[in-house]
Amino acid sequence: MSLLTVEGAVSGYGEMQVLKGVSIHVDDGEIVSIVGPNGAGKSTVMKLVFGLLKPWEGRVTFAGQDISGMAPERVVRLGLCYVPQVENVFPTLTVEENLEMGAYILDGPLKSRKERVYDLFPRLAERRRQRAGKMSGGERQMVAMGRALMLDPRLLMLDEPSAGLAPLLVDMIFEKVAEINQTGVAVLMVEQNAKRSLELADRGYVLAGGTNQVEGPGSTLLRDPEVARLYLGG
Amino acid sequence: MSDPTFFARSALLAVPLYLLLVVVLRGTSAILKHAIAVVAALALAVALVLMLPPGSLSYFTTFLLMGSVYAVLTLGLNVQWGYTGLFNIGIAAFFAIGAFTSALVTTVEPTGSMAAFTQQLFGLGAPFWVGLLAAGLASGLLALIVGGPTLRLRGDYLAIATIGIGELVRLVFQNERWLANGPQPLRGLPQPLSCLASSEGCSYLPGFVNAFFEPLSPREYPYIYVAIVAIVLFLVYVGLERAIRSPWGRVLRAVREDEDSAAMSGKNVAAFRMQAFVVGAVIMGIGGSLYAHYVVAIDYGHFDPLYGTFLIWVMLMLGGSGNNRGAVLGALLVWAIWTGASFAIDALRPTLASISPELPQRGPYVRFLLISLLMLFIVLYRPRGVLPEEKVVSLARD
Amino acid sequence: MTEAPTISRGRAFRRAASHALSSRWSLLALLGLLAVLVIVFGALEGIPASRLLGLTVRGILLGGALALGALGITLVFGVLKMANFAHGDYMTTGAYLGLVVMALIPASAPILGLGFGYEFVIALLIVMPLTGLVAYGLDRVTFRRLRKRRAAPIMMAMAALGLAFGVRSIIYMVFGADFTFYYQGGPRPIVELLPGLRVRTDQLFILAAAVVLIFLVYLLLERTKIGKAMRAMADNSDLARISGIATERVVFWTWLISGGLAGAGGMLYALDVQLRPEMGWWLLLPLFAAVILGSIGNVYGALFGAFTMGIVWQVSSAFVNPAYGPAAAFVVMILALLVRPQGLMGRDK
Repeated sequence: MSLLTVEGAVSGYGEMQVLKGVSIHVDDGEIVSIVGPNGAGKSTVMKLVFGLLKPWEGRVTFAGQDISGMAPERVVRLGLCYVPQVENVFPTLTVEENLEMGAYILDGPLKSRKERVYDLFPRLAERRRQRAGKMSGGERQMVAMGRALMLDPRLLMLDEPSAGLAPLLVDMIFEKVAEINQTGVAVLMVEQNAKRSLELADRGYVLAGGTNQVEGPGSTLLRDPEVARLYLGG
Repeated sequence: MSDPTFFARSALLAVPLYLLLVVVLRGTSAILKHAIAVVAALALAVALVLMLPPGSLSYFTTFLLMGSVYAVLTLGLNVQWGYTGLFNIGIAAFFAIGAFTSALVTTVEPTGSMAAFTQQLFGLGAPFWVGLLAAGLASGLLALIVGGPTLRLRGDYLAIATIGIGELVRLVFQNERWLANGPQPLRGLPQPLSCLASSEGCSYLPGFVNAFFEPLSPREYPYIYVAIVAIVLFLVYVGLERAIRSPWGRVLRAVREDEDSAAMSGKNVAAFRMQAFVVGAVIMGIGGSLYAHYVVAIDYGHFDPLYGTFLIWVMLMLGGSGNNRGAVLGALLVWAIWTGASFAIDALRPTLASISPELPQRGPYVRFLLISLLMLFIVLYRPRGVLPEEKVVSLARD
Repeated sequence: MTEAPTISRGRAFRRAASHALSSRWSLLALLGLLAVLVIVFGALEGIPASRLLGLTVRGILLGGALALGALGITLVFGVLKMANFAHGDYMTTGAYLGLVVMALIPASAPILGLGFGYEFVIALLIVMPLTGLVAYGLDRVTFRRLRKRRAAPIMMAMAALGLAFGVRSIIYMVFGADFTFYYQGGPRPIVELLPGLRVRTDQLFILAAAVVLIFLVYLLLERTKIGKAMRAMADNSDLARISGIATERVVFWTWLISGGLAGAGGMLYALDVQLRPEMGWWLLLPLFAAVILGSIGNVYGALFGAFTMGIVWQVSSAFVNPAYGPAAAFVVMILALLVRPQGLMGRDK
């Protein structure tokens, strides 16, 4: 049984339909990447899963539970954490406070959890008392991911984690994603940088026009010239 | 008829009834609408004069009068809020400026012993309609001055700025004796066509007119004034209805719907907002003048935040913002509720007294509470009001 | 192509100039300029410096009560993104609740050196959470509905306006329209801070109480989980939800604190001046002026704004009719907005 399944999702914003029938699944410990042209609905799928959007049709299941349209505050308790693409940190809070907010639903001490995040992102350890809003793009992305990891999620959802970052930082982010995955966390990511994300992913989906167009192991998709021509810009 | 005033009163009462019916009635055929309105107004007027005792009838007349004055003010607010989205919580300022300007323009500066009691900046002794126009002008001028620095602010900042203007104007009229006798009232405002209600009649009107109104005594002046107010209201209403269907009105609506695209299509958004603000203020000033010449003596207390600002907001929200018909209807409705509540509370005196001996004399505040609850109800459950905005068809095509 | 560099240089210069003119320093310079003008005009009109100093001190003391109100407004604005026009009337509510509570508590002898007894302090401690609960209760029946509907902020402000008048009407109904005092004709001890500079000890207490409360709020916002959650929500409420923050609990605490501060501010202000049903509405203007000057939503800004406006209010009475005090604060707010619309602590554009 898959960790996360989305079956036949149809949804949109207001009256505008964006998803016209999307089905994906993520298994435990996998890295799954969703790529596709702009406006295909990649981010929309993420928001749907996390409960920021309600499905008009279709279902979302996580760890055997139907979470279709469930409020984000409840979804997060099930072990599913989400890093939005933009505005993904609390700018006036320090790095440390951002992490604390990530574990808000927990009552006990957070020291060990914070240490784990600092181990993963040593740069953050040095800057733990700095305001997140004053950090560079790459550091901010680290804070955003760190916040999401505080709850030890089973599945981490990343919306365009490399967006707007310099190539060196893009490498670093994807390395970190791999590192995170190695600790047993499944990763579902949406990416513009299709090549890099498919290299990393176990499986990929190509989304276009609001539906799945192609799916398969990351490496297969990478080598498929059709896919490359139509959707990956060659 | 044993009552000599019957014809005069019926005729006068028919005027506001007819005009209000024309505003309120909806219909595709204008001729039919006017015909029905004339007939209904005359019938209603005659019926009322015949059936109601004089006291109740004059109460009804003053109700119609004040309702119409507030309708003018509400129309002014509709231009600012309904059509442009400007959150003006300082209506009282424009209301007051209009009233006091009209007062200063139409009264004469007291001389001799009277000068010790009443101080005012100037007194031109001009006729009523000059006062009316001056009131609109002064109010528009205030809007121009105030709008410059404040209209570009975001919505809630503008609201605070308008609260500030309201307070500032109130403070000025309360403290500056030399301006308008503050805090004492400025009295003796002339009442237009009051000569008709006197025994001599008006020298500038033809004989048959004077003869027709001869039976009226000064006590029945409100009948004359309500007709005047209704005519002014009607002119303002018609003017606004035309304006909103004009190219100018279309730009206004475009600005309200989507300011960014309006700006991108080259419209000077700031200028349009200012124009709407000023036009609305001019109308509020006119309302102020109408009010002043009815109550004849004004002071700063008439323009407090409740009567001068909040009540008008409730009127517009109930009637439906963005909708001139709704503005007039809302004004009349809320004024009816306000006066009706007065009766209800009087009737409930014993109950109130049983709760607390001081409560009956605080009756006005019970009304205050009811109106606040009405406002909350509208905002929470019916924000579009009784008459939601209708689709406006423009006259000119681009 | 020789034209282009000149044009872009000119534009760059204008942009840099406008940037500098709307910077934080320019705003402070404006305030400094106003201070200089006050001193100059004071000298010209023969107002003794001691009087100006006394008024400034009085302004700082008054600023304490204003700071509590401003803090409440800015917290609600930051967390809930709405302008609470009913806040002034919440302060009035607190003041009148204080009257009721003090009537129920046996009066004690005036505390050492002050003009009031322990009953005032006890009432203060009771009224604060009470007003906070009233504020939360009113939120549940009004603003919460609008939040669920994702209503525009201006509709929330309109509802707040309705609440303001509604609350005030109840106070009129229960207490009547007359003004009243906590202590009629009691002792009003004075202390001389400097030669010629006299203040009432009660006013020093007001400032001290305000400082204590402000410090407690600071501790709450910086050191407690719920305080950080409030700041997080103010930063980004969507991300707060995503992180699992219980937003309705944060809303509860925000109103509890905002209302509590309003209650305290109202009681302290009434202690110094008087109780009137309109007192809160009249305070709205200087309070919002303070909040806007300091940048709406910013706690430190609200404090700066409150003390500044307190000084402006009091010092203006040396030049114009004291009734115009709030209007003077309003004028300074408008000037500040012209120079820097985002306020002192706002982000540079």
